[in-house]
Amino acid sequence: MDQLLQHIVNTLIMGGTYALLGIGLTLIFGIMRIVNFTHGELYAFGAYMMYFFAAVIGMNFFVSIAFAIAAGMILGAFIEYTLLRSKRGADIDTTMLIMIGAWIVFQNLEHLVWGGVAKSIPSPLPEQPLVLGPVSLSWLRVMVLVIALALIAATYVVINRTKLGKAMRATFQDSNTAALMGINVNAIHTMTFGLGSALAAAAGALLGPVFVVTPTMGDLASLKAFAIVILGGLGNITGAAIGGFILAFAEEIGAGYISSGYRDAMGFVIIIIVLLFKPTGLFARTERVG
Amino acid sequence: MKRYLPYLALVFFASVPLWLHDQYYLHTLVVAGIFMLAAMSLNLLLGYTGQLSLGHVAFFGIGAYVSALTSLGFSISLFGYQITHEPWPPVVGMVLGTVIAGLCGYLIGKLAFRVRGAYFVIVTVSFAEVVRLVALNWVELTNGPLALPGIPPLTLGFEWTGYVTLWGKSQNYYLVLVFLALAYLVIKRLVHSPFGRAMIALRENETLAVSVGISVTKYLVLAAVFSGALAGLAGSLYAHYIQIIDPMVFMFLNTVTMVIMVVTGGKGTLAGPVVGGLIFGIAPVILRNYVGPEVQWILYGLLMIAIVFVLPDGIVPAIERWFNRASSAAQKSEPSLALQTGKG
Repeated sequence: MDQLLQHIVNTLIMGGTYALLGIGLTLIFGIMRIVNFTHGELYAFGAYMMYFFAAVIGMNFFVSIAFAIAAGMILGAFIEYTLLRSKRGADIDTTMLIMIGAWIVFQNLEHLVWGGVAKSIPSPLPEQPLVLGPVSLSWLRVMVLVIALALIAATYVVINRTKLGKAMRATFQDSNTAALMGINVNAIHTMTFGLGSALAAAAGALLGPVFVVTPTMGDLASLKAFAIVILGGLGNITGAAIGGFILAFAEEIGAGYISSGYRDAMGFVIIIIVLLFKPTGLFARTERVG
Repeated sequence: MKRYLPYLALVFFASVPLWLHDQYYLHTLVVAGIFMLAAMSLNLLLGYTGQLSLGHVAFFGIGAYVSALTSLGFSISLFGYQITHEPWPPVVGMVLGTVIAGLCGYLIGKLAFRVRGAYFVIVTVSFAEVVRLVALNWVELTNGPLALPGIPPLTLGFEWTGYVTLWGKSQNYYLVLVFLALAYLVIKRLVHSPFGRAMIALRENETLAVSVGISVTKYLVLAAVFSGALAGLAGSLYAHYIQIIDPMVFMFLNTVTMVIMVVTGGKGTLAGPVVGGLIFGIAPVILRNYVGPEVQWILYGLLMIAIVFVLPDGIVPAIERWFNRASSAAQKSEPSLALQTGKG
């Protein structure tokens, strides 16, 4: 029982960052319909920027997180502007091939710039774990969860309560009508991709200090993000948030009770099962099978 | 002229070991040939049915592991039973590797073709990752990250001809060349048969194809079976040639290599994977003198993006168009060869 409790606490902590990854991708894959294989690279980019600001330059830990997120947003907007803008009407395979190419380029650039050795980011929080009865957890992980939840809430507000969010939803529902209503459709595309990328970078910046930063850390992150998006239903932000926690729970249980080697396999098993039995995702209302 | 081109190419490549004595270059060509075979199998799905399998390396790796384990033997305990397998000849391993990879193609086809487009891609990627994790973690069977060393090379022949074991580079070169030529012929027959036309019809317009009575699942699954088996064959050739395999064969970059070969050469063309395979098989040899592996991959990624922007159909259709324009300038308005090559 105590062990299960510990698993649930771990789930909450990993789930927060998974939810960030998933919400970022659901904006790009679910709403913009771009099979974004660079999502994991943006996650790795966020972690490396965190390393750069916090460990190399030695800036304040929390300011570094904000800077890493901003850098992710800028890189995402840059990708959309250079690679995707001219291919907007193209079929999904074309953009997918472009994104695979971009993925390889980014990953190897990271390798080239930072080297293959794993980097660790020092944390300013106390080393002493927080002990609550049978459960113990580090302060760093608590902070990760708090920031992740704050970012999820902020994204929800931006999409559902602001004029910018309204413009985004309008653009991807009917681009022509949105343009006629005076929405700058090009800018909205770039901003949405930037926002999604910023969330991936945030997940990387938050998990970077918890684990270590390596050039290939993005591979699994991309695929896990796809699992979360499919689980939650395309374009469903609440679904992606819940999907993040479900994936984290499945991984905890898989690692705890089956074998830790198969922790990362859980996401793929979930993808396969969900697509076979409920391809619209667990929380989708309308049929949206690609 | 165009009709004889494949034969000329075959004669040329058959002559290569006669004048190229550098073992390193021959080795590069053998590995390039094996990946070309895998790219041909991917082309069946990506080029002819229009479904991008991004988990293709799974079939390749399964072929390699099945073939290696058959010829090395293994002993595992499964659900309380002890299963011991004595080593069998490598040729049997190759056949088994091909068949089992084809069976996996059947299973994945049956499961994954319930969904299309991006979803199909994600299911195939997930499949490959699961297989990789199994190869990494089922240490008793696969030796995990410690790799399976000492895989015997192929032995060919019959009792009345005597046996020959393929240790050398040029022997393996000819073996791969024979398989490439066979695969080329089989795929050529296949895509010009009613089966091939059904696949192309499904790619061009699935709804219309269904309305004239083409069974979607049947043809897509058949394509996946052929494709999986051919990739498995390539994997088993790889295992017996390199003689050591580890879970790195399931690396996503191997799938990417195949995809780049097909896309650059021209998806849905017979010669596309061959041309793409040659380019990306030989490019590392030239590039390694100047830049490290990371920069090479960066260049491949940039090339892939550039191809999508500049030559979305790939190199072979571009050359064909240029060739047609040159010949139609001589004799006015020749009918397009587009349908023949499967590019609508």
